[in-house]
Amino acid sequence: MLAWTLYLSFGAAVASFASARCCPAVARWIALLGSVGGLVLGIVGALALPAGGGLNTLVQVPWIPWLHAEYHLAADGISVVLVWLTGLAATAGVLFSWNVRHRAGEFFGWYLVLVGAVYGVFLSWDLLLLFVFYEIAIVPKYFLIAIWGSTRREYGAMKLALYSFAGSAAVLVGLVAAYALGGATSFNLSTLAALPVAESMQPGLFALVFVGFAVLAGLWPFHTWAPTGHVAAPTAASMMLAGVIMKLGAYGCLRVAMTLFPAGLAPWAGIFGALAGIGILWGAVVALRQTDFKFVIGYSSVSHMGFVLLGLASATTLGLTGAVMQMFSHGVIAGLLFAVVGRMVYDRCHTRNLDELSGFGLARTLPWVAVTFVIAALASMGLPGFSGFVAELQVLTGSWNRFPGWVVIAGVGLIAGVAYTLRAIQRVFFSGESEKAGSAPAHELEPVSLPEKLGTVLLVAATLAVGLYPRLLLDWILPALQTPLFAELRRRAGG
Amino acid sequence: MNPWPLLSVLTFLPLLGALLLAVFPLPTRTVVRGFALAALALTGVLMARFDLGTGGLQFVEKAPWIPSLGVDYFVGVDGLSLLLVLLTALLLPLAWEVAGPERTSERSFGALFLLLQSALFGTFTALNFIHWFLYWELGLIPAYFLIKLWGHDDRRGAATQFFVYTFGGSVAMLVAMQAVYLTAGTFDLIQLRDLAATGELARRLPERLTGWGPELRLLLFLGVFIGLAVKVPLFPFHGWLAPTYSSAPPSVTVLLTGAMSKMGVYGFLRVLLPLFPQETRTLLGPLVALAVISLVFAAFAALAQTNLRRMLAYSSMNHLGYAVLGLLVAMDPAARANPGASPAVTALAGAVLQLFNHGITAGALFACVALLERRLPHGSNLEHLGGLRAVAPVFAGLMGLSVFASLGLPGLNGFISEFLIFAGVFPLAPAAALLSLPGLLVSAWFLLNLMQRVFLGPATPACRGFADLNVREIATLAPALGIMLVLGVFPQVALMFLNPTIQGYLTRMAP
Repeated sequence: MLAWTLYLSFGAAVASFASARCCPAVARWIALLGSVGGLVLGIVGALALPAGGGLNTLVQVPWIPWLHAEYHLAADGISVVLVWLTGLAATAGVLFSWNVRHRAGEFFGWYLVLVGAVYGVFLSWDLLLLFVFYEIAIVPKYFLIAIWGSTRREYGAMKLALYSFAGSAAVLVGLVAAYALGGATSFNLSTLAALPVAESMQPGLFALVFVGFAVLAGLWPFHTWAPTGHVAAPTAASMMLAGVIMKLGAYGCLRVAMTLFPAGLAPWAGIFGALAGIGILWGAVVALRQTDFKFVIGYSSVSHMGFVLLGLASATTLGLTGAVMQMFSHGVIAGLLFAVVGRMVYDRCHTRNLDELSGFGLARTLPWVAVTFVIAALASMGLPGFSGFVAELQVLTGSWNRFPGWVVIAGVGLIAGVAYTLRAIQRVFFSGESEKAGSAPAHELEPVSLPEKLGTVLLVAATLAVGLYPRLLLDWILPALQTPLFAELRRRAGG
Repeated sequence: MNPWPLLSVLTFLPLLGALLLAVFPLPTRTVVRGFALAALALTGVLMARFDLGTGGLQFVEKAPWIPSLGVDYFVGVDGLSLLLVLLTALLLPLAWEVAGPERTSERSFGALFLLLQSALFGTFTALNFIHWFLYWELGLIPAYFLIKLWGHDDRRGAATQFFVYTFGGSVAMLVAMQAVYLTAGTFDLIQLRDLAATGELARRLPERLTGWGPELRLLLFLGVFIGLAVKVPLFPFHGWLAPTYSSAPPSVTVLLTGAMSKMGVYGFLRVLLPLFPQETRTLLGPLVALAVISLVFAAFAALAQTNLRRMLAYSSMNHLGYAVLGLLVAMDPAARANPGASPAVTALAGAVLQLFNHGITAGALFACVALLERRLPHGSNLEHLGGLRAVAPVFAGLMGLSVFASLGLPGLNGFISEFLIFAGVFPLAPAAALLSLPGLLVSAWFLLNLMQRVFLGPATPACRGFADLNVREIATLAPALGIMLVLGVFPQVALMFLNPTIQGYLTRMAP
């Protein structure tokens, strides 16, 4: 049933494109149906899996016999968690795009292709198939930004696409090497992991594949596509981009680089730990200096993704668990933040400049927006009770023994995170100037609509649920890390 | 062997059409369309009757032709040539339907079109060098006149340049092959292959051509190589490429890049590599380097173009560079030690599939350019274009799909062949594989750039009145687009024709 998330999304995409001609008003309903359907199928399908968080094969049929490539979909706990995240982010994205009128059929069509491709990546157990879905996801991103985007959209779209392709090229090299050196008999992840390439080759290939995927996860210094891309993208696309697409990169690092080249991590762990630590601090400090509201959130994503990468580089079970949880958590929280900035604030005030926004007195005129942003900001800062706290705590604890220095740096980054978040809250919602302007509101702002409220509730509920009861995800992630795929990694981390 | 000489019928059918058009005042459009569809149907019969299980030649016809020189009329196809025959048969209707009424109403245009098709069919089926060379040269004539009489801006200069370049290459090849004939006493490409595989050809050379040292073999190799490299083209023999592709009518360029450029690569496979295995191995390093330089250079050159046709011309050179890289690397002695299931098979299969895929994709792209220029006479100047997506969404969608196929996006045909090439080249020549990666990236860059300039943004004044494609035009492009999608998802459909052929090809070359 889990595999149907993918088919449903692509099917809905076709329906949405078809509706562009006759009845574009229907497109958003198709998109809602597709994304809610994906979420429901993801949850019900996961609960029906026989092996729970362990490895479950969903479909396995020959695809290109010449290369021994198979159409092989499978899910373990990590896939399940990320499939849920995709379902949540996709649904919220549609709700926050309810006001898209310009070429709506195509907008939701591309959006659903993106969602389908993301499901495909998370569910592929054949390396070639995974790569195909990974690449397919680049195209809709490009169009969503280049056609429906805002600030310097063509630059943002092109930069994003080129960074993605460059990363993919590196991944492709590693993928071919793993295939060829493993005897060229299979692209199956489990088989490839069981036949590791010679240990002397592993560090080089690991670095190539890890960096290739990590470009998309916002690894410093390859992160520069992220802020420009996020800012240029329309709301739903930046929610998907920060919420889910960056996770594709991190997922690739974990699922491909670390399992296929387990011996390659050790020589690089210090360097990648350092890059992750620098990314956390750098993203936070740069966010502190931005005047564009969306850039603040854009750089905060780089900072938060640093935690994912730090957890991965630690390679301890705790660190990896934290990394996967952080993927989910940041996906939900970043989605919420971008929804506030892009849909709730920008669509109404038509500016994202922090100083100009302070003139709107948004805390009084749009209390729902202010409250939402404060909740999202608290979650983003890592307050206990929200998902971010559990995730980042696990990452930091899991990495402590490996890189104490970088954990301290990350801690400084957390403090800077509090600073930029509070600065944004203060400037946008509670600035003193609002009193002057507020006496006679210069703009009549559209009230918050029902779809926006539903989307807010969905995402806030998700981050709270995981924050208060982390076992919702832990019970899936931990069994997945115990499967044979991670055996070699576990052995090395434990030894 | 076969009750019906199917290959001869296929080759002479378009020629018959050309003669009919030349002599009788017939309605050109209908006649060419009829003959093109008949050729396509006949190719369908060939494919249906083709035995997928063997790697040898099929539908063979052989009869003495010029006994004094030992030249036979000798045709036959294996999986490799069959794919190229199919490509030719598919591209002709596409090129014809986009050529525009002012051209397709002229009998001479139609006759030259059909003549070109005959030459292409002949090149891909003939197995005796002289017989093959005849078609190889025959193809030049209609191409020259199609460019000269119906081309754009600087058509005369371009046509002459094209002719001189390719003819010069052909002369080099012919001279070299005469020396081979004097050594072996035959022009039969299959016999020559077997002689070369045992080393007999190399041994006989100093006996028969006295006064020459071993450097002669290298000279002969280079002679044939230059003849073929001009046609592909490879760096630095590409001088004719951009002027020719941009001066020819786009409908003719569909055939030039889609099918004629394949003649060069096919020559590598049928003539150069089988006849000179030792020389290939001796020079493998420099040759592979040349292929890599060629494909990377072409990608950067495309990036610098401001004209759509010139950009796509260099893009073609880039894609064929991958094919040449794949087939050269398959000749690596390390790989030949273990013919069968080896990276060499993968690389070679990828190279051949790349020929087919590039033919379809580049053909579709130039067909789109043809449709564009029917609406905007100076439509391939990128500065005039912009915002077409809003004005003509169907055109933008179909051309966009072709661009993405050309870019090598997974799920479309180009990815599979480039992946096979890469997967085959990597284990044998990792440095070449890595050095060719910038080609892939820059290719993605200029193609996205093209998309952005042509389709996105606000519509330019020139583009505002652009009429979207009509049903007929969509139907013209549909088969090519369908093939891109089907081969992208089920490459097995094409690979099943290649598997035994490629295995056999490599086995027969290794004694």
